[in-house]
Amino acid sequence: MLTAILTGFLFSIFLVFTGRFFKGKLSILSSLVPLGLFLYFFQFIPAISGGDVIMRSYEWIPSFNVDLGFKLDGLSLLFSLMITGIGFLVFAYTSSYLKGHEYLDRFYGYLASFMGAMLGLVLADNMITLFVFWELTSISSFFLIGFNNTNPASRKSALTALGITGIGGLFLLAGALLLNNMTGTYSISEMLSMSDAIKANEFYFLAVLFIFGAAFTKSAQFPFHFWLPGAMKAPTPVSTYLHSATMVKAGVYLLMRFTPVLGGENIWNTTLIIVGGITMLYSAVHTIFRTDLKGILAYSTISALGILVFLTGLGTQEAFLAAAVFIVVHALYKATLFLVTGIIDHQTHTRDVTRLSGLNKIMLPVGIAGILAAISSAGIPPTIGFVGKELTYEAAFHYESLMIFLMIGIVVTKILLLYAGFVAGIKPFVGKLPEEHTNTKMPGFILWAPPLLLAILGLVFGVAPFLIESALIKPVVTAMGADASEIHLALWHGFNTVFILSLITIGVGTALYFIIKPSRKLEDGIARFDSFAPENLLEAFNSMFVSVSRFWTNFFQNGYLRNYISIIILFLVVLVGYIMIGNTRFTVDYNALSKITVYEITTTLILIAGIFYTVFTDSRLAAVAAMGVVGLSICLIFVFYSAPDLAMTQFSIDTLTVILFVLVLYKLPKYLKLSDYKTRLRDGVLSTIFGLIITTLALEVLSEPVSKEVGDFYAANSYIEAHGKNVVNVILVDFRGADTLIEISVLSIAAVGVFGLMKLRLKMKDRMRYADQSLNKKKK
Amino acid sequence: MEILLAVMVGILYGTGIYMMLRRSMVKLIIGIILLGNGANLLIFLLGRITKGAPPIIPGDAKVFVEAFADPVPQALILTAIVISFGLQSFAIVLVKRAHTVVRTDDLDEMNATDEDS
Repeated sequence: MLTAILTGFLFSIFLVFTGRFFKGKLSILSSLVPLGLFLYFFQFIPAISGGDVIMRSYEWIPSFNVDLGFKLDGLSLLFSLMITGIGFLVFAYTSSYLKGHEYLDRFYGYLASFMGAMLGLVLADNMITLFVFWELTSISSFFLIGFNNTNPASRKSALTALGITGIGGLFLLAGALLLNNMTGTYSISEMLSMSDAIKANEFYFLAVLFIFGAAFTKSAQFPFHFWLPGAMKAPTPVSTYLHSATMVKAGVYLLMRFTPVLGGENIWNTTLIIVGGITMLYSAVHTIFRTDLKGILAYSTISALGILVFLTGLGTQEAFLAAAVFIVVHALYKATLFLVTGIIDHQTHTRDVTRLSGLNKIMLPVGIAGILAAISSAGIPPTIGFVGKELTYEAAFHYESLMIFLMIGIVVTKILLLYAGFVAGIKPFVGKLPEEHTNTKMPGFILWAPPLLLAILGLVFGVAPFLIESALIKPVVTAMGADASEIHLALWHGFNTVFILSLITIGVGTALYFIIKPSRKLEDGIARFDSFAPENLLEAFNSMFVSVSRFWTNFFQNGYLRNYISIIILFLVVLVGYIMIGNTRFTVDYNALSKITVYEITTTLILIAGIFYTVFTDSRLAAVAAMGVVGLSICLIFVFYSAPDLAMTQFSIDTLTVILFVLVLYKLPKYLKLSDYKTRLRDGVLSTIFGLIITTLALEVLSEPVSKEVGDFYAANSYIEAHGKNVVNVILVDFRGADTLIEISVLSIAAVGVFGLMKLRLKMKDRMRYADQSLNKKKK
Repeated sequence: MEILLAVMVGILYGTGIYMMLRRSMVKLIIGIILLGNGANLLIFLLGRITKGAPPIIPGDAKVFVEAFADPVPQALILTAIVISFGLQSFAIVLVKRAHTVVRTDDLDEMNATDEDS
């Protein structure tokens, strides 16, 4: 099973090296990959419908309880078949749709890795694995949506989609960690048995919230729905594959998967019903106002996802059944409609539904596919859509509370969806052929065969629903934790209320189709409300975020060294000062201090005078000389306090520095006071406080006991082990010899640098001269 | 004496930072040197100062018999002095070089990269 999941990724890696062979005529061969996978999953049908659940587990990070656990049950099988089956058609379709595209191989690479990620997602049993694949689908879809990367709108919608689904992914991770905390396992199957304990846990609410966050963003539920219409910037095969059949259903899948674990509580069901209900109505209404075929389909997809969430929320066995059937229905007709739209776009170069009609005369097979899909989406018998709609109505009809509202909601949604389906599937093909399209050509077989196949499947499953009944549908209902033994799918459910509602839906919807004509006017009409739309709110938030961070960055990172130093020192002063205010003891044991003699006082005075002279003098030379005095005074302090080696080093180094300074800098311009009085005062205050803090800190540390363990070790072993009597020297050249070696190397590198900078001078002078000459030329 | 030394360390730190906040590059280097001296002195002080007992084992003994100054801070400071010399000499030459090229000692005027100017 792992191999099956990895195939997609392996294939896309394989394409990196062999891509150029798959760009041309061979590109259709790449569809063999999903076909093979489809057949692989197909052979599991007998086992799964017999009630088996196939588990595979591969060790990954045992110490964190994370394994590559996979589970093939009814739910994952249905999704796997959809992913690979529709994937096969989309792969094939693409080879013709994007024929000759420069980056076709890349496209296949993205598509294949998406397929792998999606398979991993629906098969994963371990929540961390689930999360990884979940994010992989977001990432691969980012590349697919932004495939036309020269188009700014395309890039933007890819980013939006990645942002929204990425946030959802983080919710999923949070949910995984929380659930692991509650149950001690990441395995979803193991969580199943702990469902009651999870529901009793005080963090149950939070866990549900996290799972909802993940599912609603991925499945484009209100108010996160807006990334999906934006994602329609992608090439049509991507829209077909990701945004109708597979990826957007991942959220629904997650909800279904967790229904037996978290479901059944009021908060779970009510939230899903409300969110799903709002989404399905809101976006169904939106379809009326669109003229772009893909726009219509995008909103009707969101609406369909809303229905699925709604059904999951109802939580009854009937609702699960309806959801399972509706997934199949929707995948079949929506993929068809998208593919048909792609063909229309490909052949006529427009997707504006107001300019399309009568295409039947040119591309009959496409028309048949479109009309069949529209009928299925409308729920007109004998298609599988009818079965799905009947079941949906029944599920809502038999819900115990607020049935009437649910019914109105779902019926209105279905009416509007019927309208949308007709507009997208029928309108372009009937009526008079406009003149601008008379030269349109019939698309090739590879383009029209996939949608027609899907549409016919929709019809076949409608006429003979038993084909999928026990093979696909029943195991899904079982996987969602309901009893599936009584289920019997049938086209004819008898003449009852639900059937009357069906008739009303079809009647009103068809009437709507004839009354409302999609027009630019309606689309402009709704544009007025755009400023309240969530995507614009998000955009406003984004731009605010950007300007705040720009201000923040410019404030702290303004490129002036002193600004950085000031901020660092200020922060240190505030932080350390704050801690010190309450904790400073100011107790110095005067007896423990060493005595002060006249030598030391003199040295100190010279030192202090030297320091201040260095700071306040107007002459650079004087400053350097005073600095030398400071260094020599420190050298004296080393002499007083038993550090002869330090004194020697300090003496030679200090002398060298002063000489170097004087030699190199005597040519520099006048030593100027560049800052004004106010700045100097501010810096002075800051530096004084900083100095005070360091002094206090030093005194505080002095009153702490000291450990000389390390020093004692060196002293004891210096002669015995290393045969040297000057302990400091022995430490440097023996005990820590390697450090000293590295230090020497650092010094040599510095020396090389100094040498290089010195030597560079002559050549640079030349270069400066040339630069000056060219500048002069420009001026002339 | 410890108190005096602590005060001196504070002064070195304070003036070092003050010089580093100036716009002149030469002052910046002087600031770094002062700060470095302050740091050395701080380490020296915190390792506790001992008068007249250098960490050198007397003539015929194998180990110390009397009190001695802690050699570890001294070894650290010695390293620090030498390394800071490397830094200083490189910085000094770099300032010189920069001055030759852009003809200014003012850090603010060197703020823009070539592309901007």
